[in-house]
Amino acid sequence: MSRRLPVPEPIARLPWKVLFLVVAIATFGQVVLYSAAGGSLKPWAFSQGLRFYVFFVGAIVLSYVPTRWWRDMALPAYAVITLALVAVELIGAVRGGSQRWLDLGFIRLQPSEFMKPCIVLACARFYDMLPPGETRRFSAIWPAALLIGIPGAIVMKQPDLGTALMICAGGATVMFLAGIPLRLFVGGALAAAVAIPLAINYALHDYQKNRILIFLDPESDPLGTGYHISQSKIAIGSGGITGKGFLQGTQSHLDYLPEGQTDFVFATMAEEWGLIGGCLLILAFLLVIRWGINVGQAASTRFERLTAAGLATTIFFYVAINLMMVMGLAPVVGIPLPLVSFGSSAQMTVLLCLGILMSIDRQNRRSARW
Amino acid sequence: MRRPPKVVTEAMQAYSFSRRAWLLGSAQLGVGALLAGRMAWLSIAQNEKYNTLSESNRVNTTPIPPRRGWIVDRHGAPLADNRTDFRIDIIPDRLEDEERVLALLQRLLSLPPEEMERIRLDLKDAPGFQPVQVAENIDWDRFAAVSLRQPELPGVAPTRGFARNYPAGAAVAHLTGYVGAPTAEQYKATRDPLLVTPGFKIGKDGLEKSLEPVLRGQPGAKRVEVTARGKLVAELATRPDVPGRNQRLTIDTGLQEYAARRLGTNSGSAVVFDVRTGEMLAMVSMPAYDPNSFSDGISHWEWQMLSDNDHVPLMNKVTQGLYPPGSTVKPMNALALLHAGVSPSERIFCSGALRVGNGIFHCHARRGHGPLDMKNAVMQSCDIYFYEMARRLGYDAIAPTAKLLGLGQKFELPFGSQRYGTVPDSAWKLRKYKTKWTVADSLNASIGQGYVLANPLQLAVMAARIASGRDLQPSLLADRVHLDSPALPFQSEHLQIVREAMFGVVNAGGTGGAARMYVPNVALAAKTGTAQVRRITMAERRGGVLSNGQLPFKLRDHALFVCFAPADNPRYAAAIVLEHNGHTVRNLDTPMIGRDIMTYLFDRDRAMTSLAEVEPTWGGDIRTRMAAEAAAYQAARAAPPQAVATKTDAVVPSDSASVERATDLANATQAAVQGSEANGTTIAEEGTTERNP
Repeated sequence: MSRRLPVPEPIARLPWKVLFLVVAIATFGQVVLYSAAGGSLKPWAFSQGLRFYVFFVGAIVLSYVPTRWWRDMALPAYAVITLALVAVELIGAVRGGSQRWLDLGFIRLQPSEFMKPCIVLACARFYDMLPPGETRRFSAIWPAALLIGIPGAIVMKQPDLGTALMICAGGATVMFLAGIPLRLFVGGALAAAVAIPLAINYALHDYQKNRILIFLDPESDPLGTGYHISQSKIAIGSGGITGKGFLQGTQSHLDYLPEGQTDFVFATMAEEWGLIGGCLLILAFLLVIRWGINVGQAASTRFERLTAAGLATTIFFYVAINLMMVMGLAPVVGIPLPLVSFGSSAQMTVLLCLGILMSIDRQNRRSARW
Repeated sequence: MRRPPKVVTEAMQAYSFSRRAWLLGSAQLGVGALLAGRMAWLSIAQNEKYNTLSESNRVNTTPIPPRRGWIVDRHGAPLADNRTDFRIDIIPDRLEDEERVLALLQRLLSLPPEEMERIRLDLKDAPGFQPVQVAENIDWDRFAAVSLRQPELPGVAPTRGFARNYPAGAAVAHLTGYVGAPTAEQYKATRDPLLVTPGFKIGKDGLEKSLEPVLRGQPGAKRVEVTARGKLVAELATRPDVPGRNQRLTIDTGLQEYAARRLGTNSGSAVVFDVRTGEMLAMVSMPAYDPNSFSDGISHWEWQMLSDNDHVPLMNKVTQGLYPPGSTVKPMNALALLHAGVSPSERIFCSGALRVGNGIFHCHARRGHGPLDMKNAVMQSCDIYFYEMARRLGYDAIAPTAKLLGLGQKFELPFGSQRYGTVPDSAWKLRKYKTKWTVADSLNASIGQGYVLANPLQLAVMAARIASGRDLQPSLLADRVHLDSPALPFQSEHLQIVREAMFGVVNAGGTGGAARMYVPNVALAAKTGTAQVRRITMAERRGGVLSNGQLPFKLRDHALFVCFAPADNPRYAAAIVLEHNGHTVRNLDTPMIGRDIMTYLFDRDRAMTSLAEVEPTWGGDIRTRMAAEAAAYQAARAAPPQAVATKTDAVVPSDSASVERATDLANATQAAVQGSEANGTTIAEEGTTERNP
């Protein structure tokens, strides 16, 4: 196998650099959680840290899994998770109300969370199987669209707008990378521009509709749903360039900022660490994502390339949607900031992505050495 | 598709991937830059805005009522100051074991059950950081009792605030007015949180009301850090208040108190001027309410007692009481006659009655005064002299002088409502009643009856202008004294004649002999007056006029008095008006009251001695008498006094409107009588006589 794209030297070595970045981001997250709890390891920082290192070690272990395993497991895993989504939906229908969790007794699983990396794997596997000559045919599109559409629709129905968006975006990214004609994406973007207002009117639940309307004008309801966005902007804006200082944030400590340890953790951080802390965090994430893309560039098989770039983009979506949300650039859709927000799902997903990326990276270096 | 699909090879695919991955990476970098830019916008460009919002989230400020500026007299002695007010508050967030604490407080402060109920309700509603009032204005012993046990009373805050204090009490009530809690309407108009702060009071009447902007000051702020749920986290630095400015008056508080006491049981008023400057040295209206208890909020029965009193303690008679000035206008008449060219030596023969048309006008001296020149006419207060002169010249020749001397004029004084009476003339009557002026109108006006109405302030101005010969403007605020008032357009010889006549009233066998002062080298010049408030029927006249003592209070004559001293070099001028006094008790009549008030200005000890002799005869000083009246009123009420004082704003006259109502009520009788008197023909039949002491 020929190397058409040279892998940059630093990346070629063991990914210590990216491991260091990930540990740094997570550690910073724990510091923020320590402050959000009013200067206490409990209830968030300690358990978050513990879980992080468990998953982190898990990710390193996953990096030893040969990439062909991922390739072989992609579609079966997709099938299992889709079934789990259906099961969640059925249980929810029986119990009534919105249902996202599958309670296995010892752990509560959120299958939609696993679908975020899995859709990337499944799509990558599909285009891997597709003969290159078929790429510009309709047969290159509809199976992928179906792969994306089924879980997307189920999750949308849960209803979990943010996750559904991420699943669709993850799948679409792989389609884009696989070489589907660009005009389809341009056309799709135009279609979305038409469809979104219609969807807002007819497809969304009232509370979702409300969130979007309030996103467009947060001051219209400063004590209701707009409260989140307003308080988050106050926290970020009042932090200034250098922040109010560690443990000095008033918005979070005096409970003005809702969800200050989960979805709005970035605002908690920005209040105390300011623009500098925020930019460093964004930079760290961008470096991790760039590493992921570069792993894809360096990969030797189509599945590996698509998977690596797709998973890197999944991490990107997490970060971008969350930050746009807390800065008032997107509606509140309930996407946490991975590695920083308190909670295990996103953390696990992102470290799973990282494990697969490292596995591909290991494969790359092996190929390069040979 | 028309053209055949491009054949895509694996190599092409890899190349396309690399390009598109690069594109994707660039887009991601772009989004990253966008996010960083957005964050910079929020935290740099809009930092100030969000900092303010964050602070207003975090910090909750409670206004601290500013200390009210003092009202001081010309020597700096306080007419209204602030005393320490001991109060107990509860800070809900700090409160533990509410029931035990409240029970202990109830015992220590002996609070009635109604108050306990109010406290419980307030505690339920109050946000955690805002103090809830338990009791205000408590005495030192109870305050100390609570303070001592503070360790067992978590959340209870004994605090020292300020409450308004009027050292002279009722003697200054109508001058200073009083303060009280703002009304709901006032809060709605401004939305100023200060107005709903416990313990904050605003001026409700008198100077307290009109000087509100000067006296109020700037509130301080107690700043506390609170959570989103309103829980108190920490107390921050307190911003101190800026006390209101003090206002110095021209009043002499010693004289003010003395005059108030010397008026005794009268329903009356007294005004004293410094004739060199027009400064008011005293402005008394008695009886009055106690502004101290008004400012604390008075009970319903107290209010009722004041409303029921026929001596109208709620009315400032100095500016709002209107009276026929009676014979006190005779010096003014004399000046007008001199001005019109009447010779002061011309004699008019007084037979006791004068026929004008088909009516007979009587003199108060039934048998007549005989021939009188101008000075003697003033000294003896002869009605016939002035009837004759008014008949000859017409009142239109006199009215301009009345106006020049201040009658019917409105003065620039810091009081919301002044009633300034009437100086009638033919044009006025035509305008008002669409009827022609009659000779009888002139005659009635010439003795200060009929259409003529004046308030005590105007009478004092009249005396001061005669005494000084200058166009004095009364002033009450020490920083707004009208100096350099121009001379009045009267010849000084004419003024001198009038002053000599007024000297004669007291010192040369005139009607005011009782007013003679016993201060060496100081002689009083004065003019007495009586204003009738009822018609005397022919039947009554035939059967002998009833003495005032036999009449009900409301039908007795008003007693009036204007004076200045020293007669040869005037320094002070005064007017005293006693409603329905009827000249029944010598000590409580105008000449002796006037004499004593003027004596106070020259020989304080003599005045005090005189007061000490007479005051016990009418039941002691103001406080003693007010306490006795309150006790009597309570005893007379069938129902036992309510256990809880209903603190009300609603019933207390919160503005001049209700005072005016009281005024109108008080003047209703009077106006009705005058209305019939003012009718020229009936008067002519029965005459309007004046009796002098």
